[in-house]
Parts: sequence; structure tokens; C-alpha cells
Amino acid sequence: MVGFGRKAAAFAAALAFSTTALVLPVAAQELKIGIKTEPSALDPQFHTLNPNIQVGAYFFDALIAQDAELKTQPALALSWKAVDDTTWEFKLRPNVKFHDGSDFTAEDVVFTYERIPKVPNSPGPYTIYTRSMKSFEIVDPLTLRIHTNGPAPLLPLDVAALPILSKKAMAGPAPEGKTTAELNSGNGLVGTGPFKFVEWQRGSKIVGERNDAYWGPKPYWKTVILRPLSNNTTRVAALLSGDVDMIEDPPTTDLAKLKNDPKITLAKAISNRVIYIALDQHGEPPIGIPDTNGKNPLMDKRVREALSIAIDRKGIDDKIMEGIAVPAGDLLPYPMGGTRKDTPVDPYDPAKAKKLLEEAGYPKGFSITLGAPNGRYINDLKLAQAVASMWTRIGVKTDVDANAPPVFFKNRDSFKYGAYLAGWGASTGELGNALKSLAATPDRVKGMGTTNSGRHSNKEMDAKLEEALVTIDDAKREALLADASKILMAEHGLIAIHFEVSVWALRKGLTYPGRADQSTFAVDVKPAK
Amino acid sequence: MSETSLVAPKPQTPFQRVVSDFCEDKLAVFGLVLVALALFVAIFAPWISPQNPFDIGSLDLLDAKAPPGSVSGDGKLTYWLGTDGQARDMMSAIFYGMRTSLFVGFVSVVAALGIGVVVGLVAAYAGGRTDALLMRIVDIMLSFPAILVALILLSVLGKGIDKVLIALILVQWAYFARAARSAALVERNKEYVEAAACLALPPSRIVFRHMLPNCLPSLIVIATITLARAIALEATLSFLGVGVPVTEPSLGMLISNGFEFLMSGSYWISFFPGIALAIAIVGINLAGDHLRDVLNPRNLR
Amino acid sequence: MLVYIIRRLMQAALVMVVMSALVFAGIFMIGDPVAMMISPDASDIERDAVRASLGLDKPLWLQYLAFVNAAVHGDFGKSFLAGQPAMQLIFERMPATLELVFFSTVIALALGLPMGVYAGLRPKSVGAKTIMTGSILGFSLPNFWVGLMLIMVFAVLLPDLIPGFPRLPASGRGATVNVLGVRLSLFTADGLLHLLLPALTLALYKGALIVRLARATAREVLPMDYVKFARAKGLSENRIVGVHVLKNIMIPIATVNGLEFGQSVAFAVITETVFAWPGMGKLLLDSILLLDRPVVVAYLMIIVVFFVVLNLLVDLLYSVLDPRVRLESRAT
Repeated sequence: MVGFGRKAAAFAAALAFSTTALVLPVAAQELKIGIKTEPSALDPQFHTLNPNIQVGAYFFDALIAQDAELKTQPALALSWKAVDDTTWEFKLRPNVKFHDGSDFTAEDVVFTYERIPKVPNSPGPYTIYTRSMKSFEIVDPLTLRIHTNGPAPLLPLDVAALPILSKKAMAGPAPEGKTTAELNSGNGLVGTGPFKFVEWQRGSKIVGERNDAYWGPKPYWKTVILRPLSNNTTRVAALLSGDVDMIEDPPTTDLAKLKNDPKITLAKAISNRVIYIALDQHGEPPIGIPDTNGKNPLMDKRVREALSIAIDRKGIDDKIMEGIAVPAGDLLPYPMGGTRKDTPVDPYDPAKAKKLLEEAGYPKGFSITLGAPNGRYINDLKLAQAVASMWTRIGVKTDVDANAPPVFFKNRDSFKYGAYLAGWGASTGELGNALKSLAATPDRVKGMGTTNSGRHSNKEMDAKLEEALVTIDDAKREALLADASKILMAEHGLIAIHFEVSVWALRKGLTYPGRADQSTFAVDVKPAK
Repeated sequence: MSETSLVAPKPQTPFQRVVSDFCEDKLAVFGLVLVALALFVAIFAPWISPQNPFDIGSLDLLDAKAPPGSVSGDGKLTYWLGTDGQARDMMSAIFYGMRTSLFVGFVSVVAALGIGVVVGLVAAYAGGRTDALLMRIVDIMLSFPAILVALILLSVLGKGIDKVLIALILVQWAYFARAARSAALVERNKEYVEAAACLALPPSRIVFRHMLPNCLPSLIVIATITLARAIALEATLSFLGVGVPVTEPSLGMLISNGFEFLMSGSYWISFFPGIALAIAIVGINLAGDHLRDVLNPRNLR
Repeated sequence: MLVYIIRRLMQAALVMVVMSALVFAGIFMIGDPVAMMISPDASDIERDAVRASLGLDKPLWLQYLAFVNAAVHGDFGKSFLAGQPAMQLIFERMPATLELVFFSTVIALALGLPMGVYAGLRPKSVGAKTIMTGSILGFSLPNFWVGLMLIMVFAVLLPDLIPGFPRLPASGRGATVNVLGVRLSLFTADGLLHLLLPALTLALYKGALIVRLARATAREVLPMDYVKFARAKGLSENRIVGVHVLKNIMIPIATVNGLEFGQSVAFAVITETVFAWPGMGKLLLDSILLLDRPVVVAYLMIIVVFFVVLNLLVDLLYSVLDPRVRLESRAT
């Protein structure tokens, strides 16, 4: 037992040492952020994954930036305009330097855009943003024209998703210049962004250093360290113990505790992600509804309305989401592009829901299976179970079929669900993206309704949407989108439940304005005044 | 124990001997009581549970995360062990979870025992190449950790009680096969088997009617230990997210669901299912440990 | 001897073929890795392009043959998600797992050995009975639940109840230092602190095993003539235990620890999940969830090699130590 005693003493010493280490002041001007997911690569053209996009914005800039509400703002381009229906012209910002000191010109932009299709093995290619681009024309070093395949009103948003690489630093023998592996190790990782790359230890941390020659407002922090802490409990524990200064996305179960902690402040922002339920409307026989003699009740608008008003959105947001959700009546929150200020949210009215079911000819209700992913969206499984219990109460006996995300996607895409709960974050910050993917009549060739596995279809809405998608004029386009969304919501083509509210937890004394796209940008983190 | 035999000993059947030996160890009896308790709860779950946790229509979100001893919103029910994030009564959930856990454990062990015994006896009786081949397979199965094999299998098969059963049977049969073979090898050289062979009885009859009954005691001991392991393994797999579906929670699934609440103070969601799981497993092991001593032929007096 | 080794290696190759084929077929059945990784905005054409670039557009058997062909040449494929060689990703994570297993072995020995010997020396004492019952608990309690309870007690309950009680880190790895190019957390106070709870969790099962082994050996050795002789000579009890008993215990303990090492690596998958330990087990689970097939397959290949080599070493060692063991006979 002697050995054990000695061991215990050693641990006690270690404990004492580390507790004193914890109270030491944090190194000045160093910001440590606990992020939820580690990027899969630092090559900003490898994978259209949120963590990659987020980290990319530390080291790189795009021509256009999106502000906290996802509106476009000048970045490396000072201004842009549509010269004609198929040509966009960008005036570039002068006197911008890359981290290696070289000048930023239109050459870099063209190199960047032309590299995208050449990146091999990309699991989520950036070509989704270049598909409307036909050719590039360098008018002068600071003027670039992009010719498009057809009218491309959303080109500025595409451009905003493409961080600009340095043509000079990226030179290399491979067809794409520097390879993804080289960029991951920092070789060629030269941008114009607010931070310079220092190192990446996979699984452990990404380190950046302030770019003192930055063209925009300079970041407060000399050093920024991103630590991937994927486990929710871990991330909170790291913040509480002072290991990190702020964390993304604290779990809802811990919010109450964090709110009451005097050492912690919370930052919140309504996000662009809507959680919705799609209802199978492809026709008959219905999917997963065994007791209606082959009739599909979901084809009836009254039934869809009943299912919507049977949901106690407020109760869900209070009890399950702990207040970090906002009841939704649309696919994006106001004031994003195409949304209406006065969009109604379906009120909770189980009595009326029962009556509607009766009118529709289902006085005894029916049975249905609600598909849901487990672990993809905030509290997705719990939400599905709550909805199921609410539907069951109005007589629609609901089974939840929750699966790991890959299985869920597979089932959804092969139309296995009569109803399914899912989420959608319109990265463009305007309704066209959500309506096109979730609600337009599916047409694989045109790329319409690609995620509309409920197969809702409404010609009137399709027409409005298609017109909007080729309308260059912003105000006109947004009005058309608002009309399309109004039609969809009046038809209860799908049931919007809520918008997620993104939360950040910070050490007291720091502020973060929050962003609708749920990104965490160290540039915007500042000490409280 | 020789003192007691001074009083004229009543002739004991082997079964009685086992029972009386077993009862001498208080700890083992305690284990048996725990097992009986777990079994009772599992079998009668639908009748003794205050609430049917599968009937989601009866859940009221407002009662979610109620601490132990709270009364439900409509005043009809006391949540003795609290409720989870879905307002499910933990006591009912544990009763039903025990049902799932024990079901999976028993069925998988019985099936693995069946398969293992057949393979082991065939190998022992046939000998030669058949024996070599079968034992090679057994060796390979045994050289990999069960947890890893089951994890890979289940991530491939997907969720579901049937799939968990397949995985558990697959990682367990080899223990029984090896044990059955070695027990049978001992029996094979005994006279009664030779005698039976001389009578030209069909091999299957010799193997199953004569050799099998004599191998059973040692197999039963292994089965008890394996049962405890199977229940723990299923819980672990469910915890890792590849076991039973969330809609039919086993004890492991309940513990896993409560994990996220642990840090925020709602300990009961994870704690009580864990205690229930520990009761079942420890009970089986306490009883099984002693059963091994009792059934061990070396300990015969 | 050589024939024996070759035979074992061929067996390992066979297991690899079976396992990898199983994983290929399995992940093919679960779902589409591309659907997990690609932006939901992508059109069918873009999805097909990704599938083609990752080789997922070909029939399954062709994909598998391509894998086998590359694997024979030492290339186990690139992670779908990271685009980097799968083996490299695993090797990056391996030190974290190995140091966890190593530290837990140390704890198991430090706790299990004295307890087991004590129980063997005084089998009738209350202490011995408590230890033996405790070892049953150690066997029985599922690893993950023990981890949860340790977190609850040492990271939540005690620090909340007793002011000044240090809150033990419940997750993640502590500060690391670079030792010969490998990042290890064993040599920093913060690192050890982070190691404590996960290693304790992992040590419980192994410790219980060691207790039982040590007790059994002690009870076997004590009645031996030479121990009795040593006692008669008037040697102190400490010396008898220290020299005669421990010497005899070391051989079985070393063997069991060698064999159990592999088990611990496997069980580390669970411990790493509970404690968010960035080891290769965590990588395996993450990869399974994301359907990152190359990483899953590469992990399995490593484990197969690991186990085969471990078993081979133990067998060889036995044949060296005990000439009566003939390897050829064990092989059949």
C-alpha cells in the first residue's frame, strides 16, 4: 500500500499545482474559443462545411462579406453591379495586401475561382457556388467582370462564399497549385484575412495571429486559438474551468446553469435555421399511414392545418429548447430577404385541430410515423417526441422513427416517411434558397425541390418562385419571394416549427454580437466597455 | 462440514446438494435475491409500472425533468424517481428498460449456448479436420474483443433489438463452443461413450443424449457469467448509440439519455437506471461466482 | 517455427479480408457518405461528381477490389472527410490512447496487486472479503457507467458540496509536451489531472482481474515448502511476501497484462467517448457516425495486426519459456 500512498501524494501535488495555475490571469490579448466541430481541412475550397467556412474567414476574405444578418457588405470588392442580365462587374478594393506582403488584384480572384473545380477528392465541392459562372474578364487589375450562363441575381451571394487565395503563394506543380494537404500544413495558406495562420494540431487546436496590415477594423486579439471540443459537456466544462474564453453552442440542458453563473455571459442571435416538418403529399396510397383504407389524409389542407395547430410551439420552446428558439411561421426569420414582418405563426389550438380533422373526415384520427434524425439539430429527437405526443393528443397516433443522421437521410431521400422533422439553414439569408430546395415541385433536372421529400407541389407558388429566381432587381425579387412563401404557408405545404437561436457562452467581460449563420468570428469578440 | 454428517445424513439428490451448498453463502443468496427482483420487475413491468412510457400521448411536457418525489401536473401520479427530459416517469422507464435488457441478455445467451454447444460437441466428436477448422474459427472469434466486434457489426447492421441479438450471439457463441468441446473431450474417452458406440447408436444420439447432459453443469456456470456480460455489453452498445432504438429504451439507453443532464444537476435521469443495471449485473455475478464453486467437480465432497 | 509464424500471418490476412469486406458492404448498406458530407444545396449533378471523385459511383465489388489492390501496395485510402491518408489520421491519435491504457495499467497494478496479496495472506479477514466482493463489482459494473459516476462524484458533486474540493477535469486531454516527436500529456501536471478519471475508469476492470490473480497465486504459493522453510528460518513476513510471493505473482500478471492490453485498447473506445478523450477510439466512433469508410477500415486493419502480433508474441514467449509447448501443436 506504500506505493499507493506515494501515488496519492503525487496526485495531490498535481491537483494543488493545477488549481493555482487556473487562477493565473489569462495571457493578455489571447482569445481561446471552444468550437463544436473541427474543420475537415484548412483549404477553403475543399469542403462546404460550416466549420471550414468559419475558420476560412479568419485567414481569408471573399469579395463580398455577409453581416450578422447575412446581408451583403463590401469586402475585397468595394462595389458590384449587374451590367446586363448575364454580366456582373466588381470594383475591387485597392491597396490590399496578402499576408506575405504581395498585392491583391483581379488575377488572384480569377485564379481562385478557376481552382475550385480542380480540387480533388472534395467531399462537398465549392462548384455549387460557381455553377452560374461562365467566364471571367479582367478589365483592369481592380475591375473584374463575371459572365454568367443566364440571369444570376444571387451571384453576389455565391461570391460571398468564395474566399480569395493568393495566386503567387498558391503556385505549385499540382493542377490545383498548392494541394489541400499542403494548405492543411500551412503551406500556401496566405490570405488577406484578419488573422495569419500559425499552426494546426489536428484534434487539438488551430492558432492564428493578428494581421496588423488588415484592411478592415483590426481585431483586438493578438492571438486566437480555436479548440475543437465536440462533446457538449466537455465544452461547458472547459469554459467553466477557464480553459477557454468562449464556447459555441452550449447545450440547452446547461443554459439555465450558465445564465445564473456570475462569471459567464451569454450572447444570442436568431439563426437562419428553421426546424420544420414535411408531410408526404405525393398522392395515394399514403406512406406509413395504415388505417385510412389507402386514402392519404395529408393531401387535405385541413388535416395539414390541424397537425400544425396541434403543436404547442411555445411549450416546446420553453421546455425543450430552454428559450433558445423562436416560433416560426415562415422558412426564414424577419428581416431576411423575402420575409414579411407580419408573418403569422400558427396558434396552438388542439380543440380546433380536432374539429378540422372531423371536417376532413377523420373524426377518429389516424396513425402516422414521424421520421427524425437523432443528433443533427438541436434537440431533434426530443422535438420529434414532443410533436408526436401533441399529435397523439388530437387523435393522430404518432410513432417516432428516429435514426442516426445517415440512416435518416437515406430513408428521407427514398420516401420512407409519411412525415419527417428536419432543419434547413438558408446560407444565402434569403427565402429563394429555402423555397427552391424545400417547397418547389421536385424537378431533378432544374435543381428544384431537391430536398422536398414530402413532395408538396403548388403550381402557383412554383411560378412566383421561378420568376423571382431570375429577377435581378432586389426589391422586386423579394416581393415575389414573399408572395411565394405566403402561398406555401397558407396551404400548410410544410409545417414550420421554430427558428433556432444560436447561443455563445463567454467569460464575463467579453461581448459577441452573434451571427445568424451561427459562425463564431474572433474579430467580432471584444472586451466589454 | 464434517461435523454435521455425525447426524444421520439424509440422502441428497445432486440438485438438493447444489441448492443447500449454494445457500451457505450469504452473498450468493443476496445476489440471487437481486436477480429475482430484477426478473420480477422485468416480467411484470406492464402491470406494475405507474405509467406506460411508450404511450407518448400520456406524457405532459410540463412535467419534464421533475426531481424524484414530485407529483405530476394533473396530481394523479407521484414520480418517485423523477422524470426525464420528455416527462417520462423514470420508475416506469426503468421497469420497461429492465425488461428489454434482460430479454436481450437471456435470448442472446440461450441462442449462443445452443450454437456453441452444437459446434463444440460436433468438433469434439468428429475430431480431425472438422475439429481443427471449427476451433480455428473459434480462436479467431475469441482473439478479438467482443465490444469491438459488436460495435462494428452493429454500425453495419443498424439499430434494432433483433440486430443487437445477432451481434451478441455472434460474439458469444465461441466461448460456449470452446467450453463444450473441452468438456466433451473429457467425456468422449469415458466408457459409456465407447459402450454406446459399440451398440452402434447413431452419432447424433451419442452426442446429444449422452455427452451433452454431462457437459451441462460447466456450461451453465459459463452461461451465468456470460449473461451478466451480455447485459453489460448491450448497455454499452446502446450507450455508444448503436444498440437498441431510442423508442424501446434499454437500461443502457436510459443512462445514455441522462448523460447530458448529469452536469446540470438532474442526476436522477442517469443515476437510477444505472443503479438498476448494477443490481441486475452484480446480482447475476454474485450468484454465478458462487455457483461456479458449488458446481465445480473438484469441490465435491 | 517459421511455418507457424507464416500460418498465423496468413490467418491475419484472412481476417483482414473478411473484416474489410464486411465493413465495405455494411457502410454501403447504411447510407450514402456523400449525403452526410455535401452541402444540402448541391444538385444531383454535383452529388454524382463527388461520388465519382471518391470512387463511390462504381459497383461495390469493384470498389472493394480497388481497395484491396491499393492496400496490398500499402495504401489504405484517404479519409472521405479529411482527404488525408486514413492511416496517418489514426497514427496521429494513437499516442493519446496508448498513454491512457498505459496509465490505467499502472493504476490497476498499484491498487490491485497489494489488495490481492493481502486477500491471499489473510483470506478470512473482513478486509479480504470486502476486497473480493469489491472485485466482483469491478468485474460487473459496465465501464461507461463507472465513468459517468466518477464524473458525477469528482467533477460535480464533491466540488459543489465541499468548498475548496478540487474539481477534477471530466473531459478532454490536458497540456501536452513533445517527447521524441510524440505529443504526450503524461509529463505535465495538467495532463495527469486530465488522465486521472478516464484512467481510473479503465483501470477498474483490470484491477479486479489483478486482485483475483494475485490472491489465487498468493494462496497457491504460501503453503509451499520453501515458504514454510523461509518462515521457519525466521524471515520477516514482509520479506517473505516481497521476495517469494511477489516473484511468483509477476509471471502470470505480466502475461495477463500483455493479453489484456489489447482488450484495454478496445475498451478505450468507451472511455474515450465518456471523457471526450481525443484518442483513436473516439476517431473510430466519429468515423462510423459519418460513414468515413476508409478510416473505419484502416482502424480495423491496425487492430487486427495489433492483436495478431500480441498473440504471436505471447505464444512465442511461452515456447521460449516452456520448451514443452510446441507451437505446431497449438496451431491445430
